[in-house]
Amino acid sequence: MSTEPAVRQPPAPSGPMPPAARRKKTMGRRLAEHDATKKAAPWVATIGLFVVWEMICRGFSVPEYILPTPSASFVAVWQYRDAIWLHAAQTLYTTVAGFIIAVVFGVLLGALVGSSKTIYDALNPMLIGFNSVPKVAVVPILVMWFGIGTVPAILTAFLISFFPIVVNVATGLATLEPELRDVLRSLGATRMDILVKVGFPRAQPFFFASLKIAITLAFVGSVLSETVASNKGIGYLMMSASSKFNMPLVFAGLMVIAVMGIVMYEIFNRIEMRATKWATRG
Amino acid sequence: MSHAFIELDRVRLRYREGDDLALEQTTMSIREGEFVAVVGPSGCGKSSLMKLVTGLMPPTEGNVIVAGQEVTDPISIVGMAFQASTLLPWRTTLDNIMLPLEIVQPHRSRLRKHKAEYIEKARTLLAEVGLSGCEDKFPWELSGGMQQRANLCRALIHEPRLLMLDEPFGALDAFTREELWDALQSLWMEHKFTVILVTHDLREAAYLADTIYVMSKRPGRILVRRENELARPRTQDTSFTPPFVDLVHELRDEIRSVRAS
Ligand SMILES: Nc1ncnc2c1ncn2[C@@H]1O[C@H](COP(=O)(O)OP(=O)(O)OP(=O)(O)O)[C@@H](O)[C@H]1O
Ligand SMILES: [Mg+2]
Repeated sequence: MSTEPAVRQPPAPSGPMPPAARRKKTMGRRLAEHDATKKAAPWVATIGLFVVWEMICRGFSVPEYILPTPSASFVAVWQYRDAIWLHAAQTLYTTVAGFIIAVVFGVLLGALVGSSKTIYDALNPMLIGFNSVPKVAVVPILVMWFGIGTVPAILTAFLISFFPIVVNVATGLATLEPELRDVLRSLGATRMDILVKVGFPRAQPFFFASLKIAITLAFVGSVLSETVASNKGIGYLMMSASSKFNMPLVFAGLMVIAVMGIVMYEIFNRIEMRATKWATRG
Repeated sequence: MSHAFIELDRVRLRYREGDDLALEQTTMSIREGEFVAVVGPSGCGKSSLMKLVTGLMPPTEGNVIVAGQEVTDPISIVGMAFQASTLLPWRTTLDNIMLPLEIVQPHRSRLRKHKAEYIEKARTLLAEVGLSGCEDKFPWELSGGMQQRANLCRALIHEPRLLMLDEPFGALDAFTREELWDALQSLWMEHKFTVILVTHDLREAAYLADTIYVMSKRPGRILVRRENELARPRTQDTSFTPPFVDLVHELRDEIRSVRAS
């Protein structure tokens, strides 16, 4: 992030490296050399989790209505694929809709909060207060206003995910180096100039980092709302499955949400890396 | 006195109510085209002086007059460069240097139509400080010395009448620093702007300035105004001549007595 010259950075430790650090370094080098190992690692870890889970269920004969095996859950995914597809599409729709609103609103509010100390002071307690309210408590209100279904799910996704965007955009704007501000002001730059020429580009890495967090939170919001007040979506599917003691289907729903979350996170991760190359100096 | 380009008349500066003064009874008079160096102990108010002259801060008492007008708001005939190069990491070197043109009038309104002409100008300026070929590099791909050269170009691209430099070479090694003195001197001799240079380096002051001001400890005051008549252009050889060495010794004694007092 910094525009500081290299000399201001802390000097590299001189003298012999402690053994622990040396070990770490060679380990790191070995990992980097084996790119394939690195790529395979998340898959190995995930499959490992499923294997352990399967073994525990079988080894201790855990009844299916308490904890189904992953294999039973996968079977359920396949068995109910039509219903899951339908509900997953609904959840994806409400999540992305809520997320988009959160991005627009979050950027606007973040710009406002980040560009003026007074507005920051005025709005900060309210924002913190709002963020502390459990969103599950808000859903009934939304249902009173909009009825059950799609709208409360979108709004819950929005309400739960805009906060990190506001905070990050505001931080990116507010931490402008005073010397840079002086240079610009002495050129006669208006507030708007500073915001457009420096503020927004500078806040970009902060913004993209917050999108990753926001999209996963948006899933939490939409599924939460569907669980309480909807007859569509993965949240509803899981709720109705659990009332029928169909635990494999409940876990199938969980897995589908997790996969959607990972995919969306990865998409925004790639966008971030591409858009903010300069921030990582590469 | 009416010919002065910059006039400070018994200026005082206090950052906050109840704080000690940062500047006390500061009076200066600078001609247009003059190269001024300000030296003094750390914390004596040199950077504050820069903020006053550029209108980034209003004086608590007294008047600051630049180009015949009392300074109340940031003045836009100025270019600034600091010790930390404030180049923007997401812009290429060329785009960084063009930044002031996107802000200062009349360039701002002309920039879109006369883009090629301005780019040419930026390239010429980069070439003058020995940075041809670096136009499309990002600042973080440049060395510290190169960044500072680019920083100078950015401060000068809009042809300011006043150049303010706050320890611009402080973070560089001695060799690079002396190269940049020559770069700055030839830019100045070519374009004839007024310079106020804040520095810790007495040789730098003696090498570059027409007039050297020595400030006291906080609260800062001008203690000595010393003219420097050494012929231009000054070169590395000049810095080994007796008059140059004497001047540096004289300044060193002044500073020593300031710090001891
Ligand atoms: N923003 C500020 N708020 C309050 N006091 C300040 C502020 N900036 C500077 N000062 C005070 O004003 C005095 C002069 O500061 P200034 O930065 O002008 O010193 P300086 O001569 O540039 O020092 P240096 O050579 O170390 O850069 C210092 O004692 C400092 O504590
Ligand atoms: Mg200073």
